[in-house]
Amino acid sequence: MQIDLATPGGLALSLLPEIFLVLWGCLVLLVAAWKHSEENATDLVGRISLVGLLGTLAVVWWMWVGDWTAGEFAAMMALDNFRYATSSVFIIASILAVAMSFGYLGRERILIPEYYALMLFGTAGMMFMGGGADLIVIFIGLELMSVCIYVLAGINRRSVFSAEAALKYFLLGAFASAFFLYGIALIYGATGTTNLALIDFQIAASGLNDSVMIMLGVAFLLVGFGFKVGAVPFHMWAPDVYDGSPTPVTAYMATAVKAAGFAALFRILLHGFGNSLEIWQTGVWWLAAITMVLGNLFALAQRNLKRMLAYSSIGHAGYLLVAVASGGAMGASAFIFYIVAYTLMTVGSFTVLSVIGRNGERDVKIDDLSGLASKHPWMAFAMLVFMLSLLGFPGTAGFMGKWYILAAVLKADQLSLAVVLVVASVISAGFYLPVVMAMYMKPTTDADSHRNAITSGAAKWVVIGTALALLVFGVWPNRLADVSANGADNFRQVSPITTPLSTPGAE
Amino acid sequence: MSELLLSIGYERWVIDALIAIPLFTAAVVTLGPDRLAREITLAGTLLEFVVSIGLWWAYDPSTAAMQFQMAREWIPQWGIAYRVGIDGISLFMILLTTFTMPLAVLGSWNYIKDKWRPYYALLLILTAALIGVFVALDLFLFYVFWEVMLIPMYFIIGVWGGPNKLYAAIKFFIYTFVGSLLMLVAILTIYSKIGAATGIYSFSYGHILANIGHVSHLAGWLFFAFALAFAIKVPVFPFHTWLPDAHVQAPTAGSVILAGILLKMGAYGFLRFALPLFPSIVLDPTVVSIVVTLGVIGIIYGALVAMVQPDFKKLVAYSSVSHLGFVMLGIWSLTVASVEGAILIMINHGISTGALFFLAGMLYERRHTREIADFGGIARVVPGLAVILTLVSLSSIGLPGTNGFIGEFLVLLGSFDQHPVATIIATSGVIFAAAYLLWALQRMLFNKLDNPANEKMSDLSLREYLVLGPLVACIIWIGVYPAPILRRIESSAEALVLQVRGEIPDIAGPDLPGVEIE
Repeated sequence: MQIDLATPGGLALSLLPEIFLVLWGCLVLLVAAWKHSEENATDLVGRISLVGLLGTLAVVWWMWVGDWTAGEFAAMMALDNFRYATSSVFIIASILAVAMSFGYLGRERILIPEYYALMLFGTAGMMFMGGGADLIVIFIGLELMSVCIYVLAGINRRSVFSAEAALKYFLLGAFASAFFLYGIALIYGATGTTNLALIDFQIAASGLNDSVMIMLGVAFLLVGFGFKVGAVPFHMWAPDVYDGSPTPVTAYMATAVKAAGFAALFRILLHGFGNSLEIWQTGVWWLAAITMVLGNLFALAQRNLKRMLAYSSIGHAGYLLVAVASGGAMGASAFIFYIVAYTLMTVGSFTVLSVIGRNGERDVKIDDLSGLASKHPWMAFAMLVFMLSLLGFPGTAGFMGKWYILAAVLKADQLSLAVVLVVASVISAGFYLPVVMAMYMKPTTDADSHRNAITSGAAKWVVIGTALALLVFGVWPNRLADVSANGADNFRQVSPITTPLSTPGAE
Repeated sequence: MSELLLSIGYERWVIDALIAIPLFTAAVVTLGPDRLAREITLAGTLLEFVVSIGLWWAYDPSTAAMQFQMAREWIPQWGIAYRVGIDGISLFMILLTTFTMPLAVLGSWNYIKDKWRPYYALLLILTAALIGVFVALDLFLFYVFWEVMLIPMYFIIGVWGGPNKLYAAIKFFIYTFVGSLLMLVAILTIYSKIGAATGIYSFSYGHILANIGHVSHLAGWLFFAFALAFAIKVPVFPFHTWLPDAHVQAPTAGSVILAGILLKMGAYGFLRFALPLFPSIVLDPTVVSIVVTLGVIGIIYGALVAMVQPDFKKLVAYSSVSHLGFVMLGIWSLTVASVEGAILIMINHGISTGALFFLAGMLYERRHTREIADFGGIARVVPGLAVILTLVSLSSIGLPGTNGFIGEFLVLLGSFDQHPVATIIATSGVIFAAAYLLWALQRMLFNKLDNPANEKMSDLSLREYLVLGPLVACIIWIGVYPAPILRRIESSAEALVLQVRGEIPDIAGPDLPGVEIE
């Protein structure tokens, strides 16, 4: 279906999922204002939010299946499969995070129903990041998302660590936003526009490939995104923030927020600078290599499960950067595939952690999992699937995703980056396997351990669902591969302006 | 017999059945009651063996082409399919697997005391993965089976292993993982380069073999990645350090499978992938001399280290390093006789070393020690065990009349023209083997019966005779009349040698020296 963006109606239609989600978020806020500070009320608000997210997902899929495209040049929001695909990822990650919050908030006495409204608004921000065709739109999306996350990180008011996490995240997040804005300003200065397609056109037309201003601007953008996705050396905030936040928020940050950062990065680099890879590819190459190796090395030293998962998510940011560095449509589809797998396995492992832990799970050591297999065999099995998938072991979606990224990067003739990736994967075996080892090969430390693990309710379904999905996508990735390929399908041809106009400019 | 098999469509379903039967049995074991796990697994592995034995007759020894081929779509988007087939090299690896598995189940019968269901289910999954490795004709499929095999073995060592099991398990895992991930990069590089050059993105072994010329500029690196993965698995000296830990810590059946089958995966990988795909590297004199030297070092080093081991199981583990050195020498000499000999040693080593590990386990079950010094003069107490242990040791040494002799003789015969010095040094490995095994036998079986704890040992039970009997029968059968086996290996070995040497495979050619030896 063609959307006519010149009319107000068409414009509104192009923003349908975002409008729907924001309105639903307002509704959730109203309900939250009405009923407050009881466990039942919090759960009710959570359920309403879940319905809203499912509705938004339906709208996004309706647009995707209906093949909605812009009739003309998209100035602000792109109408392409990449937007629909990434929006779906954000929404699914949010659904999982909301679902794993159900029992958790009550147990930890975080009875603040606005929690769910913040998640909805944050998700809306992510959708603007994944769909924005203009640097300003992406920036507004980024801020909308970040502000919600700052609050969510500190939502457990009684926990000092939660407050520390919020403050740290806020300060460094604001710092990163400043870098980002500076980058936008420099690029605007060089090209006279903030629209991605026009930037691409301007660089080609005016021969700005070696303009210092552009390079500095891109470098600042990379630094800003480096902070947001937790790439080394901009990762310092991540372990403390992930560790201090309530576990569902950590899972949300490690998956949806990271996915949004990467979606925006993909869009900016491939749309805005897709014809001038030389400006950014080397930088991303180093960022990816350092992030993979150091992220996994740091994780090796962790004895605390939550911190280990935090560092492991830094390592995974490195793998995703490899997909960025491959710099093509195949990299974009590999990214979509991997981010789906990554979301499932990360949410799954954080859910298991939240189920067996207490008091924000800061004190769950890897060795505390000892003997889990004999007490809760199915939960241990699910955790085994998550760990093997994070490790990238055949039979799980994590392997297929890693395979896809490797194929993309090898297609781009970057053999060395592929080798760094597998070396990093080998390092990661050193901290994923001890989890398996503790669960299956070490005896229980005392008879009481794991007895109180809550295995009821939504958290259980999140664990079962994610583990099953990982196994299914690990053996039959066909459907997900099609969807990912489709998600990057019309990615580069989003604006009809680039192709016809850049040819004369190049001459 | 082959008509009968044809009439039931054997060649169309045999490979599927060999992979499906253990998986199905594993599901039954997991869902069934714990006390029946052993019986169900034994039934499943016996059925597997019975199904596989038909290959002996159904296999056509006159051709080197892949037989029983089967292809099914799996992930067509990425050019991945379930492509399988069997030739003379994989035939005996499969038979060895299906033959060893029921014995491994019987050997675990009393040794494994708890958690039967997961143990036997893992054993069955391992069987399926091993068969998969040996039949895969799609590089992606091969890689998946190669890796999937790791997990059951990791758990078997880590959960049911000895006192130092955690260390051994993770060492085993990480060593193999390092090699196989580099191999994954190599596989993907080949895939994308050939895809870009021919327009067909496919992991099919046939397609890649036919178009491997497109990556000739990278052949050195690609070969290195493949060879590293396989060398770790074999293991070639100096990548062998995981092996003693894993073998000693694993439960008996785990050691038997590790030594009997898993090590063969590395040698099989050389024969199936590393050699045919990169002939230019394989014929390079420097590479050949490096690998042959490492092989010979392995033979001598393994034997010398075995000699000083106080622990009988560790002695057997190091003897594997020595035997696999012969396999490497045979493969890399690239004559028909030496390759045939190498494949025969792979079979023999599976039988003899498997039997030695079973015997070490039986001694351990009786005395809860494996120290050679703790035994002495037990031949008088347990004559049955002593006779079999002696016979198996002689076969491992390579005494004429046992299976060990034929393989080593073929390798030495085939290698002498190519690498005379290496062959002469390797021959001394046979002498060392005699030294460490006979010395151990003397200390365990024949010295004075001076430890009172040994006087109450019981001799082999019927179940244990059932485990060892088939192995002993094979030792004598292959030692006396190996021709039927060699006949089935011959055309594939010959085709491989000619293909690597760049000559057109002449499948119906005259018999080459070394084939008719009995």
